[in-house]
Amino acid sequence: MTRKQRRLTIIGGSLGVLAVAAALVLNAMRDSIVFFSTPSMVAEKHVQPGKRFRLGGLVQPGSLVRGDNLAVTFSVADGSATLPVAYKGILPDLFREGQGVVAEGALDPSGVFKADTVLAKHDETYMPREVADALKKQGHWKDDYGAKPDYNAGAEGGSRAAQTVAPAKQGSLQ
Amino acid sequence: MIAESGHYALVLALALALIQSTLPILGARWRDFALMNVARSAALAQLLFVAASFAALVTLHATSDFSVVNVFENSHSLKPMIYKITGVWGNHEGSMLLWVFILALFGGLVAAFGNNLPLSLRAHVLAVQAWIASAFYLFILITSNPFLRIANPPIEGRDLNPVLQDIGLAVHPPMLYLGYVGFSISFSFAVAALIEGRIDAAWARWVRPWTLVAWIFLTLGIAMGSYWAYYELGWGGWWFWDPVENASLMPWLAGTALLHSAVVMEKRNALKIWTILLSILTFSLSLLGTFLVRSGVLTSVHAFATDPTRGVFILLILCVFIGGSLTLYAWRASALKQGGLFAPISREGALVLNNLFLTTACATVFIGTLYPLALEVLTGDKISVGAPFFNLTFAPLFVPLLIALPFGPLLAWKRGDLLGAAQRLSAAGIAALIAIAVLWAWTRGGSAFAPLAIGLAVFVVAGALSDLAERTGVFRMPFGTAMRRSRGLPRSTWGTAFAHAGVGIALIGIVCETTWNSEYIGSMKPNDTTEIAGYELKLAGVTQRQGPNFRETVAQFAVSLDGKPLSTMMPSKRNFTTRASSTTEAALLTRGASQLYISLGEAAADGAIAVRIYHKPLVLLIWFGPVLMAFGGMLSLSDRRLRVGAPKPAKAMRGLQAAE
Repeated sequence: MTRKQRRLTIIGGSLGVLAVAAALVLNAMRDSIVFFSTPSMVAEKHVQPGKRFRLGGLVQPGSLVRGDNLAVTFSVADGSATLPVAYKGILPDLFREGQGVVAEGALDPSGVFKADTVLAKHDETYMPREVADALKKQGHWKDDYGAKPDYNAGAEGGSRAAQTVAPAKQGSLQ
Repeated sequence: MIAESGHYALVLALALALIQSTLPILGARWRDFALMNVARSAALAQLLFVAASFAALVTLHATSDFSVVNVFENSHSLKPMIYKITGVWGNHEGSMLLWVFILALFGGLVAAFGNNLPLSLRAHVLAVQAWIASAFYLFILITSNPFLRIANPPIEGRDLNPVLQDIGLAVHPPMLYLGYVGFSISFSFAVAALIEGRIDAAWARWVRPWTLVAWIFLTLGIAMGSYWAYYELGWGGWWFWDPVENASLMPWLAGTALLHSAVVMEKRNALKIWTILLSILTFSLSLLGTFLVRSGVLTSVHAFATDPTRGVFILLILCVFIGGSLTLYAWRASALKQGGLFAPISREGALVLNNLFLTTACATVFIGTLYPLALEVLTGDKISVGAPFFNLTFAPLFVPLLIALPFGPLLAWKRGDLLGAAQRLSAAGIAALIAIAVLWAWTRGGSAFAPLAIGLAVFVVAGALSDLAERTGVFRMPFGTAMRRSRGLPRSTWGTAFAHAGVGIALIGIVCETTWNSEYIGSMKPNDTTEIAGYELKLAGVTQRQGPNFRETVAQFAVSLDGKPLSTMMPSKRNFTTRASSTTEAALLTRGASQLYISLGEAAADGAIAVRIYHKPLVLLIWFGPVLMAFGGMLSLSDRRLRVGAPKPAKAMRGLQAAE
């Protein structure tokens, strides 16, 4: 086999693998990407029941109701709209009323957001970044949410755990 | 005083790095040996000063000097001593100081043990190291100085983020950094080779062990971090496809490819240009990882835009080094001579295939990690790319790689015999088929892919073993002969077999854990009993306890199997008053390679407590695999061939070196 043939074989093989990888990536991009919405975006866009998305906002103070067998309901608000959320399972350590939250799931036909995952960032400001950005955009951002002392610019640990999202997955209840 | 000395030492290290980055290059240009030798002493002195600076910060943390901002923000006088010390690298400034300390350490090692390198190559390598070091010293001094004082020192510190107060943090970041930064050596060698316009035997001999060292640490660091996330975050996940994790996985994938292509280059003098490119890419991905984690771009694209000093600085470093080295590559790579010929079916061919799949897999991780950031910057849409994306892209690319893996070591260099290799792997293939059949017949539930994936893993492990059996002749020859042959086998061969078997073992753990994991989530009152995977767990009681800087709620579970008491498990929930935050301390019970896992949720008013109980079959194999890979790497590193190092340089060169 000459140098030229060898090179052609290698280039051909590489292109083949790259094409397969590109197809896989495009296919995965179509199916497995989840968009982020706030309650007012949900109200505007009329998201269809059953379509998965991430809902972010503040947990409405006083809305948390604990039912039997770890079932909880609460409302997520972003200042102009609220959306009721139902979840079954253990809420993460950082879940609080009045604080930011991100939940993943889908709307049911009655307009309740059925969450199967509730996320909370391990961050001392308790504010997931999507929520903070969305609130800022709508002008509901209060400066003390993420306020940092001025003797230091940027107090986050920045380490892996400080940024790792700890989802509380719903389990099959036995 | 200590803080000021530490700061001053860091400035001196920067000055030394600037000298080291210019004079040796000029020396190499003018063939001035005195100037070239400046590199060696400058690198050693630089190491000394950075070490002093790092020691100063450790002392400040250990003595809880709250007049220093960094200590005040991340420490507390009641914190146990071990966490006072590990807290040094539990924050941005301190971890950057650790980063440059390790960089200087690697530079110092090259300087100290590089006596048999050609003088101009050593000068160039150390100069390139000093470029990187200078950039990061400047970054620390300008944007992230850990030695800043507070005008009115407070009495008590703000404590370290409670999730980070764990022994895992003592080990994980230094390991990871030894890996990340270790790849700077192969990068520096690659850039030096491009500047010099030639690669010789010494080059390949040197790059391979250094890459191997970095790879071993990175492997252990990632495994360690994954185990830490598993037991500390409280819901039993061990890999989240989080951007911070991907940032360490990408250099690992590229580094693994580099490790394999460096073998081809060392043994067969082929794939030179590709190896150089991979060296550059691997370290570039390490820099990218540093950028992702350190710039705050992951926390918020907007935070990055409003407080851009740090982010922009690292982005600048990133662009200069990656852009610069790739430009140099494009300009000079054609000057390097091409190496030996080989047929597509050969050991070289197999290693090329390995490289192809590893780099492609790395590219998919790259896209999945950076696409959301790019999309948000360009359109403002926020999306999340999580596990489903990576399962659909990364996993299919690893399947052909793992099928091909056992064939590689069995093929001959230059021209291999695929049919012969397949014959020698027939035992491994049969083992895999038996595993698939048994699993299909005996297990209930779970994905239909699981038995196939385990069959593949068994094939990889058995393939590694049959390679060893083939070489030692253990089933063909008398036992004594086989023993003699196995002693004569190079250690790198053993290392290869162990590392490859480690891949299969990790895969078994991953598949078992994800497929046959059972869980119970519910609320339990004292004396309630629940059953999971045959184990009976009884909540004996819930008590309160006071720790050094936290209060904790501890639950006692009596575990029994078939009516016989087995053990007590005590998961807890800790409340840290200083930061008003809590952590979940899971309780683990290891049975063989499987684990029972309990973590606590919130307590209700009526005395019931929410619990999460998992039975994770063979979960420990997930981390045992990487440990085995690292062990294989260490065996290979101890190979005599690598210890002996490069062939001695020409006489004239040696005579001149003696004059230093």
